[in-house]
Order: sequence, then C-alpha cells, then structure tokens
Amino acid sequence: MSAVASPQIVIVGAGPAGIRAAATLVDAGLHPIVIDEGQRAGGQIYRRPPPGFTRTPEQLYGSEAAKARALHSLFDRLVEGRRLTHRASSSVIAAHQGRLHVMAERGVQVIGYDRLILATGASDRVAPVPGWQNAGVYSLGAAQIALKAQGVALGRRIVLIGSGPLLTLVGAQLVTAGADVAAVLDTSSWRRQMQGFWGLTARPVVASRGLVMRARLGRCYHAGASLEHIEANGSGVVAVRWRDAGGRERLTSCDMVGMGWHLRAETHLADLAGCTFAYDEQWRQWLPRADQMGRAGKGVYLAGDGVRLLGADGAEIAGRLAAAACLSDLGISTASINADLRKLKRLERFARGLATAFPWPKEMARALPDEAVVCRCENVTAGSIRDSIEHGGVEANRVKSLSRVGMGRCQGRYCLLAAVELVAASAGCAPKDVGRFRGQAPVRPAPVGAFVGEG
Amino acid sequence: MTASGRIVRLAEQQRAEVHFFLDAEMRGALAGDTVLTAMLASGHALRNSEFGSEARAGFCLMGACQDCWVWQEEGPRLRACTTLIAEGMRLRTQPPENWP
Repeated sequence: MSAVASPQIVIVGAGPAGIRAAATLVDAGLHPIVIDEGQRAGGQIYRRPPPGFTRTPEQLYGSEAAKARALHSLFDRLVEGRRLTHRASSSVIAAHQGRLHVMAERGVQVIGYDRLILATGASDRVAPVPGWQNAGVYSLGAAQIALKAQGVALGRRIVLIGSGPLLTLVGAQLVTAGADVAAVLDTSSWRRQMQGFWGLTARPVVASRGLVMRARLGRCYHAGASLEHIEANGSGVVAVRWRDAGGRERLTSCDMVGMGWHLRAETHLADLAGCTFAYDEQWRQWLPRADQMGRAGKGVYLAGDGVRLLGADGAEIAGRLAAAACLSDLGISTASINADLRKLKRLERFARGLATAFPWPKEMARALPDEAVVCRCENVTAGSIRDSIEHGGVEANRVKSLSRVGMGRCQGRYCLLAAVELVAASAGCAPKDVGRFRGQAPVRPAPVGAFVGEG
Repeated sequence: MTASGRIVRLAEQQRAEVHFFLDAEMRGALAGDTVLTAMLASGHALRNSEFGSEARAGFCLMGACQDCWVWQEEGPRLRACTTLIAEGMRLRTQPPENWP
C-alpha cells in the first residue's frame, strides 16, 4: 500500500465510455476499479465472443472494427499492467452513501468509493405489440448479440420491427450473415425520416453508410408500417400482422421477431446514487441531469448512453470528459477538453436528427387494446393499467403499486415508457406529469443466499 | 439430437462439442455457447411464463430483462443468456417438484 491514499474511483460499465474514463484516470496516475457485467470488456456494441471463437473484429464489427480493436487492446493492456482493477462478471445491485453492493458468483461484496463514474449504457427502447410476450420475440439488440457473440440467428425466418439505426443495421448484418430476413418494418414514414435530415447531415459518412445498408435490405424494407399483432402458437411466434404505408393489411409468416425503437438509457444506478431526472421530450424518456462534462453532483459522474443517447463514438468522448471532470474536481490537472466538447456538439446534432427521424411510436402505445400485455414479466395488460388510474390516480408509482406494472423482474426497463404513455393518454396529460418509477435496489435479481455472510 | 431448434448456427461451428442434460435427456451443444444458445439449438423455449400460458425463450440477451432464468436440477436458477454451458450441466424447463 502506498503511504498517501489516493482517492478511490469506481467506474461501472466497461463499454466505450467506461474504458475511456478508466484510461483517462490511469493516465493521471490513479488506479480505478472497473466493475462490469460482461466476462470481457467491450460493452454491448463492442462485445467480444467467449474464448474459442475465431471471427476477426472486421467480421464482427464491420466499419467499426478499428475502434473495437483499439478499445479492447487499450483495456487489456491496462489490466495486464495492473493499472486498474477489473471486476468482470459482476453486477452492481445497489448504491447507497458512497458504497456499492456488488454481486458476483461468490456472493455480494461492498465496495466504497470517493467518486463514482456510471457508464451503464443503454438497452433497446421497446414498445408493446399485442402478442409480444410469446417465445421468439426478441429485442434488436438481442438479435445482434446472438450474431456477434454466438454466431447464431434467433430464428429461421425473421421479421424486424421498430425504427432507428439499429433496425437497418441488424437487418443488414443478418442478411450478410446468411439469415432469412422476411421483412423489416419501420414504423417511421419516409416523410418523418426526411424531417431528421438536417441533423443527420452532421455525420455524412455515418448517414450514407446507413443508406447503403438500407439498400442491401431491398424490397423487404417497408417505411411507414403499422404493427397490429404478433401471431403465435404453443411453441412461439408464427407471423406478424401489419399494415403497409398504403393501409393494406399484410401477414408475414416468421418464427422470430426482433423489435426496437433506438435506445433507452439504463439509469437505475444513477437513480440510486441520488441523481435527479428530467423528462426529455425528444427522446421521450427520463434522463438523469448532468452538466456537459457528466457531473451529476454528490461525487457522481455520468458518461455514455446512460445519460445522453449519442452512441458509441459519443460514449468514448463522454467517458474521457467524465474522467476529466472527476480529476479536475479532485484538483488534478488534465489535458485540454475543448476538442472533445466540440465533437460532442456535432454528435448531439446528429442524435437529435435520429430522434426526429425515428421516433418512438407513442400513438401505437396509446392505442393498445385492453387485452394487450404491457409488462412481459408478469403479463400486466393495458386494461389493468387503465383501470388502476380510476382507483389510484395519475402517478407512475401509484399505477405501479396497483397494477404491478414495473414490479416484475426487469423492474420496468421494458414497460415503463409504454405504461406512462397509456396513463397519459387516458388521463389527458403529458407523460412528464405521470412521472417515472422510482429505482429500487437490488437492480438485478439477487438470491437471498447472496447476502448471507455479507459484512 | 440434431433436432431442429429455434436458432440457426451461421458461423463459428468448429468448436468442440459439449453435452448437457435437459429434463434428464442428453443434448449436444458447442463449447462457448450460452445456456440460452445451447437450449434453443434443439428446443423452442427455455421455460413457461408463471403469469400466462405462453412459453418464453429470452428477450434481451444482455442480462437486463430477466426473461431467461432457467432451473437446474440442483442448486439455484441461472440466467441463460449470461451463463456459458458446461459439460454435464443438468437443466430443467419446469421448477423442481419440491418447489413450493
């Protein structure tokens, strides 16, 4: 142990933001602890397959291979050089007064921090479609993870539904890998997509890459689709019933559906660590408040898609900035951040373009039939959520305690946004007036035995 | 044993074969498969919903949705998308009979 105690900085998440934050701290002579749920660092976007897989980064990450290689090798070097402590396959399940409760195979351990950088990323922003509780319905992210980390398609005949960059990307990746993609149904119309054009010009190379991938999908891509029902039998999905932009009813048979409308920030730990939230009208979700550098107060810093949905490139920048803010608050001088702040501005314009071009389908959520399942965990229906308003009023946590929506094992990650839209529509108010579910520890299911012997 | 399941292998098929037991029946998988991949290589679901009649086969594959918890013959449940299959693993699609 060194004579002078240096501040203990803990980073949660080893994706692009977490890795850049860690490297920035190491450069300043600190030794951070990086806690991550993955077995190997990289996050979801640059996720690495388990040992024994042989595809190259070029095959796995395409145009982003150089970035993936750089991040992986940077992090591996820091681990090998013992410049940081990597807690892999570990979940932070609670954060309270400077202490994290970290669950790994050996049980739950408490790790204290002086400063906390949360780089928890995002998951798919999904919307309930009647029938989506059946086996064979996955998120778009799941379809991509299956392909990247396992080399498999999650079905023999695939329909992708939703909107956003991942819809086109996953479709093109599956087609390239040899999967049978029957249809890609984009709920955003061409007109709507054009409204985001100005923002998308902030990154012309990325935007044109998207158009090339869209072209690869050819005739199976449909803009302006409306989703009606996911049909299933006892063993899972058998078809998607939908209407095309001209209003004609269509039925596409399939055994797998991938769905997603861009991203939903993963914010449970920020909530438990005491961050405050604001409803973002454009992203139609609650995001934790932080300054441009990621400062959220109380010694907590936020970086990456968990605070601003800018994607992987934005996450790398945000990771560096959050670490720089942390260092500066500790009185340690850092390199100039002006170039990073400028880049971030450009990425923000692009992200706003995406949000405009590929919106979350609020009208679809608001019009869900009463029998449609909104919460996949416990099969809570739209009807029971609407009923709960009469008994408990228009507030997210009241609706939660009466209807149980958001109380299941995913803790509202996949149902909150739809539930809030339903309540807002029924009550005639704005989603932000409905509020959001309070985060509750543990943020991952934890067996009682995991706490035995915790000291 | 090569019964067609939900998933289709598109790459990385040169890995060593491993065997596990599902409801006491031996199944094959490849080293490096997650439990989810291994089970769906020859089957169509991981479990039944406790709150509905439908089968479930996972949803997010990144440890967030908790749809893919499966039973083991002994010991605790495991999350199929984040656990790698191991030789001789004994899994079940239904809770054990002594489960309350």
